[in-house]
Parts: sequence; C-alpha cells; structure tokens
Amino acid sequence: MTLQDDGPSRRKVLECMTWAGTGVLWTVAGGVPASLGLIDEAVAQQAKGFTFLQISDSHMGFDKPANPNVKSTLEEAIARVRAVPGSPAFMIHTGDISHLSKPSEFDDADKIISQAKLDVHYVPGEHDLIDEDRGKLYRERYGRGTKGDGYYSFDANGVHFVGLVNVVDLKGGGLGNLGAEQLAWLESDLRGRSASQPVVVFAHIPLWTVYPEWGWGTDDGGQALGYLKRFGSVTVLNGHIHQVMQKVEGNVTFHTARSTAFPQPAPGTAPSPGPMKVADDKLRTLLGTADITFKQNEQRLAIVDTPLKA
Amino acid sequence: MPLLIVSAKAEEVTVKIDNFVFSPQILTIKAGTKVTWVNDDDIPHTVASTTQGLRSKALDTGDSFTFTFTTPGTYKYFCGLHPHMTGSIVVEGATGSNAPQ
Repeated sequence: MTLQDDGPSRRKVLECMTWAGTGVLWTVAGGVPASLGLIDEAVAQQAKGFTFLQISDSHMGFDKPANPNVKSTLEEAIARVRAVPGSPAFMIHTGDISHLSKPSEFDDADKIISQAKLDVHYVPGEHDLIDEDRGKLYRERYGRGTKGDGYYSFDANGVHFVGLVNVVDLKGGGLGNLGAEQLAWLESDLRGRSASQPVVVFAHIPLWTVYPEWGWGTDDGGQALGYLKRFGSVTVLNGHIHQVMQKVEGNVTFHTARSTAFPQPAPGTAPSPGPMKVADDKLRTLLGTADITFKQNEQRLAIVDTPLKA
Repeated sequence: MPLLIVSAKAEEVTVKIDNFVFSPQILTIKAGTKVTWVNDDDIPHTVASTTQGLRSKALDTGDSFTFTFTTPGTYKYFCGLHPHMTGSIVVEGATGSNAPQ
C-alpha cells in the first residue's frame, strides 16, 4: 500500500496547509498521531500547540478483583492530568463514568474529576444509562444543551469537536448504534463547514470495527465516517475497550484510550472481554489518560497515551 | 456455531450469564416454566427483548431476573448493554392435544 493509494488528495493536502500554515507532514506521514505508550516529558514540554486531554471508562462503583479501588486510580489519573505541562484547553471523557449509573457513583466521579480544574466534555457509555429511567440521571448531570441522548458539537481553537452517543437503543445481535436521527443531525452539523477545518469526533464505543465478536464496533459508524470523508483531518477518539488501539485510514485517525479503572484483554485473547485481573504491580501500567496536541506550526497531531505507571 | 439445546422438564430453569454468554443459549421449555437469569460476570448485563415484560433492569454480579413463559412460541432476547450476546427461549405447548392457548 502506497501513500498515494491511501493518502489524501493534493487538494485536501493544500486545504490542510491553509489551516496549518506550512507543510503537510501530518496529513501524509507525520499525520499519524504518535502513540508513545508512556509520557514523553520532552515532547510534552515542547508542545506549544492547542492541547486537550482524554480520559475514559472511570467505572466508579466497580469493586471486583481486577481493581477493587477505582477511585484511587482515577485520583492518580487526575493528578497526572494536573501535572501536564502547558495549559490543556479542556478534557474529554469518553464514557462509562459510572459502573451502574448510581447517583453516588456520578458524585464520586465529579468530586475527583473536578480536581483537574478543567472543563470536561462528556459522552455517555452504556454503564451511564442503566438507571431506572434509562439515562435520566446522566442527562440531568451532563446533558445540558445536548440533543437526543446527549450528542452535541462545539468549536475550539479552529477545531470542530463532535460528541456522539452510540450506546442507546442497541439491537439484538448488533454492535454500537448511532441511529437515524443522530446521523441526520451529524450530516447537517458538518454541512457547509470548510474541509480544511480539523474535526475531532468522540464517542464511547469505537466507531470503527475493532472486534465484532466482542461487540467492539458501531453498526452505522460507517455512515458517520462517510460524512467526514471530505475533511482533511479527522480524529476519532473512543473508549469502551480499555486499551490503546490505533488505526489510520485515509485522513481519519482512530484512537481508543485506556480506562482509569481496569484493563480488558486484547481481542480474542480471552474467553470474553470482561475485566482482566493482572498482577497488582502491573495494573497501573495498563490504566491511564491520553493527551492530544495540535501543533499548528509543525503540522503534527500528537496523541500521547500516559499510563499511571511506566 | 454449535448451540447447546436443553430440553427442560422442571418448571423452574436457570440461564447462567457467564463470560458474556447466555447459557444455555437456546432453552426449550414447557409453557408455564419460570426462567431465572443469573449474572455470574464481573460486569453488569441485562435481559432485553421486544416481548412485553421480558426486559430486566441492569443485573450486577450475582443479581437475577425471573420471567414465567405462559404462551408457546420462540422468544429471542439479548443483552441490552452488549447486544452481541443473544439467546432464545423456545416455549412448547403442554404435552398432549389440550395445550393451553
């Protein structure tokens, strides 16, 4: 596979240059966000671009052997967030804030996450919508100003951010689901936008098919990605699978974040995707956060995944 | 895909939820049988379907949900959180020609 086959058209490259200023490295090769696996202080220190953070799958209330103390690992993650040099603009939480949608679990999450002293943009995971009223608690706390079950978009630093909900109205035998109403909204939300504007899409379940045997994908994710095709730079951030996974397809970079609560096995390496019990001293190497930087002058979009412990 | 088919004689039957699988995945019962789903996983699951009443709240580890099947037919269900988990209950009429309607 050559870059010409897979890469963006020259026109798109030029459009991206308009936004980036000079060079096009990131759209062709350097555009592959680097997933360094452990924090690279030097890179972070030099990150002069627009930076935001992603955390995911806090699962407040989970207390099983895979991690009996999810509050303390979330606290450690937030401490790492506070130590990120520069000023991250905000944080994205890609869902499963709670384990069972209990008010006390959301309270615990809010108490800890607020210590980061950053605005947080949430999308729900399936664990956040299992109260009696199927998501009422989530929508009351996090859904203000959102549409449907909690989708929305906003702009920051020239980047268009879209938060999607793909954990509602799931169909037997199927995967994650966006639904016709949300897809129609997405299409109109993107209509008329310049293709040179970078777009970041975030949702709980991966929008691309990671491993359908475990339900790791979104049935109508392809339709959403179709609307995004014309954009020169698209970054898709997900959680749900509790491990880092990354893929680049044309102009779209897919990335999943670690959980702050417990690890899950790599696809097909265990009988089920359930919580993975690892040696106590290994747990913190499998939990963590992601730090995403748009470097406007170097045309690099870098995603740095940071485990709680190297 | 091999499917485990159990023909149950008892009036109460348990479906275990273990490793993201309903077991037995296909259960054949007589009308009037009470079926109880028990979640043995470290992750919550649900029993969801389009059948009236055949829909549980989230079942945490050790939680259970019971439904009594009175009308013959095939009832497909799935986990509302992990919909790739599916199962069905086949309800047969009572033995003999005077099956309940």
